[in-house]
Amino acid sequence: QKATVEVLDHLEHLALVDFRDAEGVERLQKAIQFADQLHEVNTDGVEPMDSVLEDRCLYLREDDVTEGNCTNELLKNAREKVEEYFVAPPGNIPLPKLEERETFLQGS
Amino acid sequence: AALKGGLRFQVSAALKEGHVTPTELCQRCLSLIKSTKFLNAYITVAEETALKQAEESEKRYRRGQPLGVLDGIPIAVKDNFNTAGIETTCASNMLKGYISPYNATVVQKLLDQGAVLLGKTNLDEFAMGSGSTDGVFGPVRNPWSYSRQYKEKSVPKSCSEDEESNWVITGGSSGGSAAAVSSFTCFAALGSDTGGSTRNPAAHCGVVGLKPTYGLISRHGLIPLVNSMDVPGILTRCVDDAAVVLGSLAGHDPKDSTTIQDNFKPFELPNLTDVSKLSIGIPKEYHAPGLSSEILALWSKAADLFKNAGAKVVEVSLPHTRYSIVCYHVLCTAEVASNMARFDGLEYGHRSDMNKSTESMYAATRREGFNEVVRGRILSGNYFLLKQNYENYFIKAQKVRRLIANDFMKVFGSGVDILLTPTTLSDALPYREFIKEDNRTRSAQDDILTQAANMAGLPAINVPTGLSERGLPVGLQFIGRSFQEKQLLTVAKWFEKQVKFPMIQLEVKRHYHGAFQHQKSAFFS
Repeated sequence: QKATVEVLDHLEHLALVDFRDAEGVERLQKAIQFADQLHEVNTDGVEPMDSVLEDRCLYLREDDVTEGNCTNELLKNAREKVEEYFVAPPGNIPLPKLEERETFLQGS
Repeated sequence: AALKGGLRFQVSAALKEGHVTPTELCQRCLSLIKSTKFLNAYITVAEETALKQAEESEKRYRRGQPLGVLDGIPIAVKDNFNTAGIETTCASNMLKGYISPYNATVVQKLLDQGAVLLGKTNLDEFAMGSGSTDGVFGPVRNPWSYSRQYKEKSVPKSCSEDEESNWVITGGSSGGSAAAVSSFTCFAALGSDTGGSTRNPAAHCGVVGLKPTYGLISRHGLIPLVNSMDVPGILTRCVDDAAVVLGSLAGHDPKDSTTIQDNFKPFELPNLTDVSKLSIGIPKEYHAPGLSSEILALWSKAADLFKNAGAKVVEVSLPHTRYSIVCYHVLCTAEVASNMARFDGLEYGHRSDMNKSTESMYAATRREGFNEVVRGRILSGNYFLLKQNYENYFIKAQKVRRLIANDFMKVFGSGVDILLTPTTLSDALPYREFIKEDNRTRSAQDDILTQAANMAGLPAINVPTGLSERGLPVGLQFIGRSFQEKQLLTVAKWFEKQVKFPMIQLEVKRHYHGAFQHQKSAFFS
């Protein structure tokens, strides 16, 4: 199994992380190859396990406010803020398409 | 002597009796950190706050009211735990300058016991790696590189080659913490363990590395890698000390709903003398390809040690062992892809100047903030989570995970109490050798013996066992049943007593008015 350029482009969109160079792409291809070994294992009738504590009840606490009011503390770590808001650049603008953005994948 | 001794029986006693004060202890450790700076074990040294904490501790001792065994004890914390007011970087550009507004629960617990926080230790970026070589602050050097034991055995290739090029890695990803404990700059350190990140460097640095059962110790404030496998790890110079630290950390935390609600009672380790009722399992699959003959021999010798002492030693099988590293690779990258999504530059951490759109800002921030290892894992994880791959990779891996966990259940269910395995395939590699292969390859090689325990959530501990032919530490691993830390540590302590692992004979170059001067520090004589 090898990832196609379409898939690689899709991944860059999803992850918002770039492959950077041929090595980055090769890294993924090798990772897929490595993972393919899983298919040697017979898992018929086996349920997926998402937690080793699956036999226990997850702790739920009472819906009481016990802490908070730390707006200033939390805003301290943000670079762009206005009053009590984190400021983000305009949203709803998708990442440019493969042909239009600066990515190693261009021309692949 | 107090500086090198164990917590419970030597240092604590010394503090109680006033032979040494908390501030003296703190100052000595801080001074030692300065003179071992070349190890690069610490990212941040919190000198001012540490001395303040030591002063407070001293007041308590003078009143005759120490908070407990840990009062006044200098400790270090891996830099992926949040520490209020102290920079937490995860050795990444993404979090350079990030000052946590809160303490991780485990940090808070240690501070509540009066421990003195000396600083934050170095690691692989975001705990991804098995060498502690891939962080933005550079690699950590194994203190044993500068030991008499290693120097005596190393044959320089030429007269001009010196220890500068010969130094060996600590292993990882909690290499800074392991180096800090190994070089006597602190008495205990926190690491984290997701695939072996506490036990691996413990083995290479000749210290005790405990991975507790998943769910025993709170992960609140530990910057997550793999939520279903991460645990805080404990690094100390002896098993008794690990038990002391465990006692102060374990227990339910309302802030971490994955901690179990059972009541945890701290325990003292008995001095086991009779092992005849013990059943030790030797999993044959842990004789993995690439296991050095030295470690194989040591493992065999250890099994004989138990046998000769009357224990039942049996060969067992964990048939899915060879798939656990593949399984880990898929589950780890998938959870990483999710966990790393929080780093977007908006609320904390690095933020790119790019401001055309939210998406492009996020992309640029992450491009600038993450190294190739982190980016690689995020991209792989996202691949395995794609709709077309979800069933074949992610769900498949979760099924294999159950098979791995079941392997352990079967063996423990058949009457075996503890498993005995090697921790690493070889002793520590020289840095120049280690970097010849990439991070993913190395991690896949080095985690092979440790990460199945993370897969099954079981407690496991590295106990330093002996020195290799190159004069470097080699450890062995004990894996126990879920939440049976007392039994695990009791057996580990018995074993530790039998093998009498040698103390490191550290030789530290001293800069003296600009000229280098070899000087055996008074500390180490």
